[in-house]
Order: sequence, then structure tokens, then C-alpha cells
Amino acid sequence: MTQTKPDYKLFDKDTRAIVFGYQQNAIQRMLDFDYACRRETPSVACIVNPTREGMHKCFWGTKEIMIPMYRTLKEATTKHKDADVMVNFASFRSAYETTKEALESKTIRTVAVIAEGVPEKRARHLAKIAKDKNKWIIGPATVGGLAAGKFKIGNTAGTLDNIITCKLHRPGSVAYVSKSGGLSNELNNIIARNSDGVYEGIAIGGDRYPGSVFVDHIMRYEKNPEVKMIVLLGEVGGTDEYEIVDLLKKGKIKKPLVAWCIGTCSKVFPAEVQFGHAGARAGAERETADAKNIALKDAGAIVPNSFEDFDKKIKQTFDKMVKEKKITPQPDVEAPKIPIDYKVAMKEGIIRKPTEFISTISDDRGEELLYCGVPISKVFKDDIGLGGVIGLLWFKKQLPKWATDFIEMVVLVTADHGPAVSGAHNAIVCARAGKDLVSSLASGLLTIGPRFGGAVQGSADHFTTYLYAGHDPAFMVKDMKKKNVNIQGIGHRIKSVTNPDVRVEILKKYAKKHFPNTETLDYALEVERLTTSKRGNLILNVDGCIGVLTCDMLRSIGYSRDQVKEFVKLGILNAFFVLGRSIGLIGHIIDQNRLKARLYRHPWDDILYDLPSKPEKVK
Amino acid sequence: MAQRGVREYDAKHMLAKYWNDYVSKDFSYTGKVALVDPKTDMDKLANTHPWLKKDKLVVKPDQLFGKRGKHGLILLNATYADAKKWIKERMNKETKVGKVSGTLTHFLIEPFTPHKNEYYIAIKGNREGDTIYFSNHGGVDIESVWDTVAEIHIDIDENIEKRDFQKLLPKDTPQENKKIISDFIKGLYTFYDNLGYTYLEINPFAIENNEIVPLDLVARIDDTSEFEHTLQWGPLEFPAPFGRNLSPEELFVKELDAKTGASLKLTVLNPKGRVWTMVAGGGASVIYADTIVDLGFRDELANYGEYSGDPSTEFTYHYAKTILELMTKEKAPKGKPKILIIGGGIANFTDVAKTFTGITMALREFKKKIIDSNIKIFVRRGGPNYQEGLKIMKNLGKELEIPLEVYGPETHMTRVVPMALEGGKQ
Repeated sequence: MTQTKPDYKLFDKDTRAIVFGYQQNAIQRMLDFDYACRRETPSVACIVNPTREGMHKCFWGTKEIMIPMYRTLKEATTKHKDADVMVNFASFRSAYETTKEALESKTIRTVAVIAEGVPEKRARHLAKIAKDKNKWIIGPATVGGLAAGKFKIGNTAGTLDNIITCKLHRPGSVAYVSKSGGLSNELNNIIARNSDGVYEGIAIGGDRYPGSVFVDHIMRYEKNPEVKMIVLLGEVGGTDEYEIVDLLKKGKIKKPLVAWCIGTCSKVFPAEVQFGHAGARAGAERETADAKNIALKDAGAIVPNSFEDFDKKIKQTFDKMVKEKKITPQPDVEAPKIPIDYKVAMKEGIIRKPTEFISTISDDRGEELLYCGVPISKVFKDDIGLGGVIGLLWFKKQLPKWATDFIEMVVLVTADHGPAVSGAHNAIVCARAGKDLVSSLASGLLTIGPRFGGAVQGSADHFTTYLYAGHDPAFMVKDMKKKNVNIQGIGHRIKSVTNPDVRVEILKKYAKKHFPNTETLDYALEVERLTTSKRGNLILNVDGCIGVLTCDMLRSIGYSRDQVKEFVKLGILNAFFVLGRSIGLIGHIIDQNRLKARLYRHPWDDILYDLPSKPEKVK
Repeated sequence: MAQRGVREYDAKHMLAKYWNDYVSKDFSYTGKVALVDPKTDMDKLANTHPWLKKDKLVVKPDQLFGKRGKHGLILLNATYADAKKWIKERMNKETKVGKVSGTLTHFLIEPFTPHKNEYYIAIKGNREGDTIYFSNHGGVDIESVWDTVAEIHIDIDENIEKRDFQKLLPKDTPQENKKIISDFIKGLYTFYDNLGYTYLEINPFAIENNEIVPLDLVARIDDTSEFEHTLQWGPLEFPAPFGRNLSPEELFVKELDAKTGASLKLTVLNPKGRVWTMVAGGGASVIYADTIVDLGFRDELANYGEYSGDPSTEFTYHYAKTILELMTKEKAPKGKPKILIIGGGIANFTDVAKTFTGITMALREFKKKIIDSNIKIFVRRGGPNYQEGLKIMKNLGKELEIPLEVYGPETHMTRVVPMALEGGKQ
């Protein structure tokens, strides 16, 4: 480690850190602080993220920069020898190992351990390693700390607004140390309002065995000529404050020390109440906040009567030093303007932007997923079923039961039609070629169109065209004949008037019983009467039946004839077929894979090879 | 959390379970312990612990308090029938132990072992490592015989196999006991060190027929090390310290707290107190309570309360409602208003306006009761979006026509305390 800083200085304007853990917000906040301080280089040298490597993009003022990200600390320390701080966001489970590794590296001198709940035994061990190696730990269980105008650990000092208000973008003359990270922000505020501001502030963390203790930092401040006065915020429990008392008595702390220990109220509490911090419990009289405050005062610290006077004591002490010319107040410096984050600005309602996408059917942003305004829990509570969900997402309507049941019937009826039809055949061939499920399914679905499965769509189109135009069935039959177009949905290979298709019978019966409007079906049945009089198998087939009944369903739930025509054009009928038949196609794919069916090759003898002896020559 | 007491039963049970792994195979501990709680069927207990009906027994409460003999809470040399009767008489009864009153709910039963000498051992963690204390004169207040105690310091990460404990024992240790005692010390330390203990005291224990008999044991375990010891510990309970029963409101807040990752705390100190606090943040809440006490209003302080870690609107609403319910149970004393301090430091990242939403909902609901109880409200808070938050509060005061003063970071955190209590603005 090439150390250029004096022992008492952990951070300066060139300090660079390795951030362990992919804490994007904390990283951005560190960089924003750097920018506000007019640092030349970002304080984050690199990131260690055990699950990803590469580059992390973040803002440097108005520009974007890239910060390298590695999987191991070893790589990070090897490539960034100038980084002597690690900000460790590892969880309480892994904070010990990662901190130990950092302390054992050649280049890292200071580790800030953010995690709460590091076992005491581990924290104690880390503190020992640090001491043996003459290194520093801040934490565990802390937000960290900062050197004003120089370097900031992770999330310390809150938002940029607060940083500027508390003048933390440039150094003042007062250094503080506290246990609590939560209160450090209040200290920043108090010190900024009652002096020329914070020089450095460290929150050592509320655990029983913090990696560095009050006195460690106070002695650094004592040695640092840029620090003019020191502020301590101690706490009930433990005896660490007495080390300061001893040093005061020995005259080793010469700078004014304004101190207060919180928890003076513990005397009025029942014995069993535990405050927030792990160490905060007075086991003996000596450990009470009152006893500590008295001891500090007796030893020469400036101790208020209550937290209530804390600000005044700081101000008095500071003003006195200014008067005695012991402090030249640091000038205020204007911070460069930093653009507000888009997300924050959006939240505060001070910017707007046009959207690129519109969604009118579902919303995943809130507490609960919404289908057309219906929370997913209600979907289950009301048991609206698959048909109900299709109603919400396709038609944006809460459909009556007869309609949702009809939709489900359509799915069931179209689910499969054996392995020989185009879709299934394609899916099977594809699966047997070793392709994955999604590819095989897509291969099958791609056959659906005008010839395969398309009769559903086609019949809806044909019948509504003539019906809505006001033509009678006889005209339609004659007109189609004249145009030499087969009426889609009419005709079956085997079934006939005398041998009806049971699927068609079920659907027709259901519609007659439940549909308020069956105008298309009635029209189609009239057509069927005419066509079957010519030939027995020219019946309304299952595709045709689904086609016309879907149109009737749409009319029955309140859509106009124009809207129904639009749905037909949008391909809604194919959609029903695609949805239903996907079930069967997936079945065939799974079936083939389960059977370990081998690659399919069509036999030669099933192909007529009829090639010319040579190609025709184009002149 | 941190170091927490465990039941004597659990520690002894664990000691027996890991005796051979960590303590010694040369001598033993029977591990005969049984725990009785309000749900225990004592006849069934005797089936799983047959010694209960054969041995003479010792019975005592197992609720993290000591000096049970002094408080007449120990039954010696008893039959199982005696034990059942004794427990039945005390189970679920409010009992005063020293200054603290609480309900007895857990009892430990062990065999009664007649013995000659009593010894003292304790192991305690500190920043430099652990210290073992041993004396040949246990069973008494150890402070009174402190000069007989040998202190053995174990460094962090020290290999204790290299230490000769026999040499470190007190001078008055009989030669014939030196080996078993030093082996026990080493073994007990290994047990302590391997299972996440931070404090283990057996005062006294006896040595009878090559058996260690721990008579009275106190233990604390570092609960943050749970992830390292889950399998070893099995299901391990960290009971609340023995003390007064929680009021329904305190219990309700405790349940809320358990349901969220955020923190919600409420302790009622004096239900008739005039000054109530509802403060954001662990540190700030202590400071507000401190200041009220420091300024001489300790008898008026009604509660200690804290919410932090960004609780949802619903949780803050219920929390605020609970405090308002407690506050409005009784009218303010004549001539003096009741005070509610909605305080806090400068939040790091919590959206202040958002956290106030739940509180404003509760205040709105309690409008009439707030007026009837003559409550004055003081708000002080800073942090992200605090201007909006304070504006919301200010407007609410006007809307509800209740006395409500609002301050931000420009006002010292606790200044609202003298303003509220000593009257008049600064």
C-alpha cells in the first residue's frame, strides 16, 4: 500500500473506493456527492458483484460514465490499486468473509461495513484483524460517514438537497463521531447551523463491538490540524465513552470537545425496555447516560444539560474559537448544479413526458396486478375462470356466465384434432427434429391461416358480410357460387345431415338456450338448409359454427355489427383457434419427446420425383 | 438484536446434547431437565421423562431472572406429586420479583442432587476476547468471595488446546479435582465458543461421582449468529425479559411490529401522563424522551414510542391510532393541555410526506376526541420531501381546527419540547 495520506486522514479528495454489492442508488449518491464537491474523479473506482461482471452505467453530473464491475474482490484490488476504501454492502451473512478478505488485501486500508446483524464474535474478530494490520473498520450496522467536500460512504447524509443545505460539499472545521447512523444526519444539520460546518463525521454503528470506537476517531481528529473542534454523540450502555474521559484527564485531547450521551431517560423506564441499538442497555450505573455525561463534563468536555442545549453549546464553543482567532471560518462555496433525477422529478410532479406505449388492458405497477381494472385476487374470488379472463383481456368486458362458459367451450372443442392435421403434423416433425417446445409450438401455430383452422375466421367473415349487408341466404349461396368461392364453414369430409357432427350439435343447442341473439347462426342454418339440399355433407361444420356463434356472442354482449366486423378483421376468430389448439399442439410435442421419437424423414416412395432431364434454358 | 437471554432449560438441554462433542467423554452430565409451560400435560411429561417419577426433584421458575431461592421460588427435594401441586399453585400467577412484577409461565424440573462442594464458573465475552471466571466457592454471591476467583483470559481466535488450565486454577483447588475441573473449564469454553454464547454462568455446580451437576445456570446467546447455528440450536426461543404484562395496546403494536420489516415500538410509562410522543427513528425517539425527562417533566411523560424503517401507510395509521386512543381515554388535567409530539430527525431517504399520510388519517378520525381531550400537537421533521409533509400537517391543523404547530430542520430537533411544555414560542 502506497500511503500518501497522514495516519489520521482516512479520506481526501482523491480517495477512491471499491463498492462491494451492486447498490446502484448508493453508488449514484456517492457520485452525486463527488460532483457537488467538484471532485476530479469519481470516488467509486469499481464495483464487486459476485453474480455479474461488466460495466455499470451511472451519472457524473449531466454526463453518463461507466464503472467497471468484477465478480471477485481480488480482481478489483488487482486492477484498482489506488482504491484504499471498501464500502461493504454484503449481507450480515457474508459481511465477515468479505470484510476479512478486504482487510487482508494489500491495497485496502478502510472498510465500511453497512450490514446490520453481524454476529458479535465475527465483528470482534474483524476489529482485531484491523487493529493488527493497522487498518480501519467503520461499522458494522452503520450508514458510514463522510469527509465533507471529499468523500462520502454509501448512503450517508441522505439526499443531495440535504447535502447542499448542510454545506457538506465543502469542509468546515468541526468533526463528529456518533454511534447512530440515523442521527448523523441530524448532526450534520445541527453543526451546519451552528458553526462553519462539518469537516468529517463518522457513525461507528450501534453494535456491541464496532470495528472502530469513539476514541479511535477522536484521536484522529485531535491530530488533524484541519479539525478545530470535536463533537461526540454517545449513548447509554457500554463503557467506550470512559476511554475519552481518560484521555481528557490525561490532557491528550486538547481541542474543544462538545459531548452528549443519549438515553438519559432510561432511568424512568421499566428494566426490561430495550432501545433500538444492540449496545444500548445500561447494565450498571457506570453505563448510564447520566453517569457518562457527568464523567465527560468532569473531565473537561463541554456537556450540555440536555440535548436541547446541544446546538447552543456547539455555537458558543465555535463562536468563542472564532473570537479567539483559533478558527478562521471556512467560506461557503456554491455547489455546481446537479440535475434532478428523472424518477424523483416525476414523483414530485415537476416534469412530464409523452409516453411511447399505451396499455388499456392490464397494469402491473400497483400492489396487485390488474386485468382491465379487476385485481387478480378478485379474479379468483369471483371465480370468473378462463372465459372471464379472456373477456377482460380481449374484450375489456366483464362477461356474463353464459358468455364465459361459451368461450371455454370453444377452447375445449378446438383443443385438438388428432396428429394428422397440418398444425399437429408440423409441431410433431419439429419436435422430432430436436427443437425445443416453444419452437415446435410456433411451427405448428404458423400453419393456422386461410386453409388450416382458418374456416373459423372465414365463416365469420362470409356470413356476416351477407347478413349485415341485408342479403337473404339464397342470395348468398347464389352469389358465392357465381364468384366460384366455397362458403367457409360449410361442408365436412364425412359428416352429413343424417350423420351430424356431435360438436356442432352441442354448440348449437347451447347457443339456442343461452344466447340472447343468434342472428348469424340462424342465417348460417338457412344457408345450410339450401346447401344440404344439393349435397348431404354440405353442412355447417364445427369451424363454421364457432365462427358464427362467436359473432352472435359479440353482438349479444353489446357490440354493434360494425364492431363485430372489426373484431373479425382483427383476427379474433383465429385467436380462439390459436388459443385452443395450442393445448393440443403442446400435447403432441410433449408426447413425441416423451416417446423419444427420432428425426422424421419422409419416405421416398411417398414422393413423386418428376424432374425434367435438364432445365429450360432462358435466352 | 444482539445478546439475549435463553431459558436455563434450553441451555442445559443444549449442554447435554453437545456434551460429548465439546465438553468431555471422561466425565458426564445426565442432562435430566424438563420444562413445564401453561400448555404442558404433566402426566404425559412424566411418560417422556421417566426420571420425574423416580428421582427427588428441584422445581423453579425458568424466566430469565435469578435469586429464585431468595424470593421463595424454589422447591427442593420434592416428589413429582409435590412438584405438580407447587407448579399449579404458581402457574399464570402475577408474582413480584424484586422490583418487577410479572406472570409465572415456565418452570424447570431437575433431579435433586445432594452434594458437598459448590463451585462457580462464568464465561463472559468482551472486546478483547472472553474471560473465564472460576472459584471453588460457588453458591454464594460471588462478589463476596471475589478474591477466590481465578480469571483466565482467552484471546480472540486463540487455540486453547495449547493452554494449561490446571496451572491457572485458584491455589485452593484440591489436587484431586484439578484435572476434572480444568477439563470441564476447557470443555465448557469450547461449548460456549462453538454455539454462539456470549455469557454463561453456572453458580453453583457440583462434582459428584465423576459427574458435573450444574445447579443454577444463566446464559445469553448472540441471536444474530442464528444463521451460523440454526441446525445446532434447533428451535430456540428467546423469551422476553420477566416483567410486567403488556397492555392490549402495547401488545397490538408488538404484533404490528412483528408483521412488518419496519420497526414500531410502544411502551406506556404512565397512562395518565400529559406528554405523548410519536417519533420517527430509534435514536431520535430516545432523544425526545431524554429531553422531556431532562427538562423536568419525567412524571408527565406518558410513553416511549418509535416508528422507523419506512412502515407502510396502513401500519403508521394503526400505530398513530393506538397512541391517540390511549391519549384520549382521559381528559386533560384542568388548565393544562395534553401534548402530542410528532417528532423526528432528518430522514435519510424516507419520504416524509408519505409517512405522514397514515398519521393524518388517524388525526382526522380523532378530530372530536382531540378537541375534547384538549390536545396540542407539535410536529418537527426533516428529510426528503419534508416541505410537502409539513405543509400537509399545517393544513390539517387548519382543517380540523386543532392546535397544531409545525417545524422543520431550521428548528433544533428537540426545541418543540420546551415550546410545548414550558409554553410560548421561541
